[in-house]
Parts: sequence; C-alpha cells; structure tokens
Amino acid sequence: MKLGRVEGTVVTTIQHPFYEGRKQLLVRFVEPDGSLDGDNYVLAVDVVGAGVGELVLVQDEGNSSRLILDAIPNGPVRSVIVGIVDAAFVG
Amino acid sequence: MKLGEVMGTLVASAKVDGMEGLKLLIVRPLTSSLKPDGEPFVATDASAQAGPGDVVTYEASREAALLHHPRFIPVDHAIVGIVSQHALIDLEEDDV
Repeated sequence: MKLGRVEGTVVTTIQHPFYEGRKQLLVRFVEPDGSLDGDNYVLAVDVVGAGVGELVLVQDEGNSSRLILDAIPNGPVRSVIVGIVDAAFVG
Repeated sequence: MKLGEVMGTLVASAKVDGMEGLKLLIVRPLTSSLKPDGEPFVATDASAQAGPGDVVTYEASREAALLHHPRFIPVDHAIVGIVSQHALIDLEEDDV
C-alpha cells in the first residue's frame, strides 16, 4: 500500500460500466514525512469516504483491489483508497 | 488509473489476432493537474466514445486487458472513461 493525499475529484459520465456510480479521487503520493513525491499520482476508487486534502492509504495493486471491491477475477481496477490516516509517526 | 489526453486516432489494418475491429487512439499522459507528462502511447477505447481532444482516464497492463473482458485483447493501455469534471486543491500551499 502507499501513502498519499487526496488532491481532487474526477467525474466520468461516459465510462466503462464497472465505474458506474464509483467515486474517483486523485491522490498524490507522499513521502513518509508528508512531503509530495514529485508529480506522482493515481486516480483511485474511494470506498472509505475520503475527503479532499486528507492523508490516505492506497491499495495500488489489481488483485488486492479486486478483492476489496468484490470484483474477482475480472474487475478492471488497480487502485483503491482503503483507509484515512489519522497520524503517521516517522523516524 | 491515470489521466490522459487523446491526441489522435490510428488505423492499423494488419494486426495480430484478437485486435480486429479495435478503435486505436493516440494518448498523451497527463499529470493530475492536466499538464503533459511523458511520451504518448496508443490505447484501445473501452469507453467506446473517446475522440481527439478529450481528456480521458486510462488503465495499463492487466487492467487494460480486463476492460475488454470477456474478449481477451492483447493491449497494454485502454481508455476507461471521458472526464466530464475535474477539480483540484493546491496541496503545495498547505504542505506539511
């Protein structure tokens, strides 16, 4: 899993049916100290109600994401927000 | 999944089996704030309606092939949807 901060929202009305009604959030990956990891980002499906600006945990691997979304074996999804981070203690 | 911009279309009549009748689009990858970010690539269109100038979402590798399920198509990039709304906050400003 990866650490990231929610930077914004994306809506796609014309889309593959799997994404019907699924919330998509832009997540910028961050270093453990919270600083942004360059431009690295992913568009992830949100299942925990994360808000813009929040520090989140992103599952960025297909099979785990399919398991979380109950979409095994053919769900075309790779990234899912699986948690909202309250605090991270580093170093 | 990431953001991209459709730059053009592409026709390749001679193709490997499994790729017949596929719409091929040339896509430039974008950053989350829609700035160009890297080399264009060719993707199939799983949204079936994307065209040049559209900002799209796309998947890669296994998820790209799965977008065409149940047909198995040997592709490494596929467009998922056409972006209709995109909103950002400035994370640099209140950086930790």
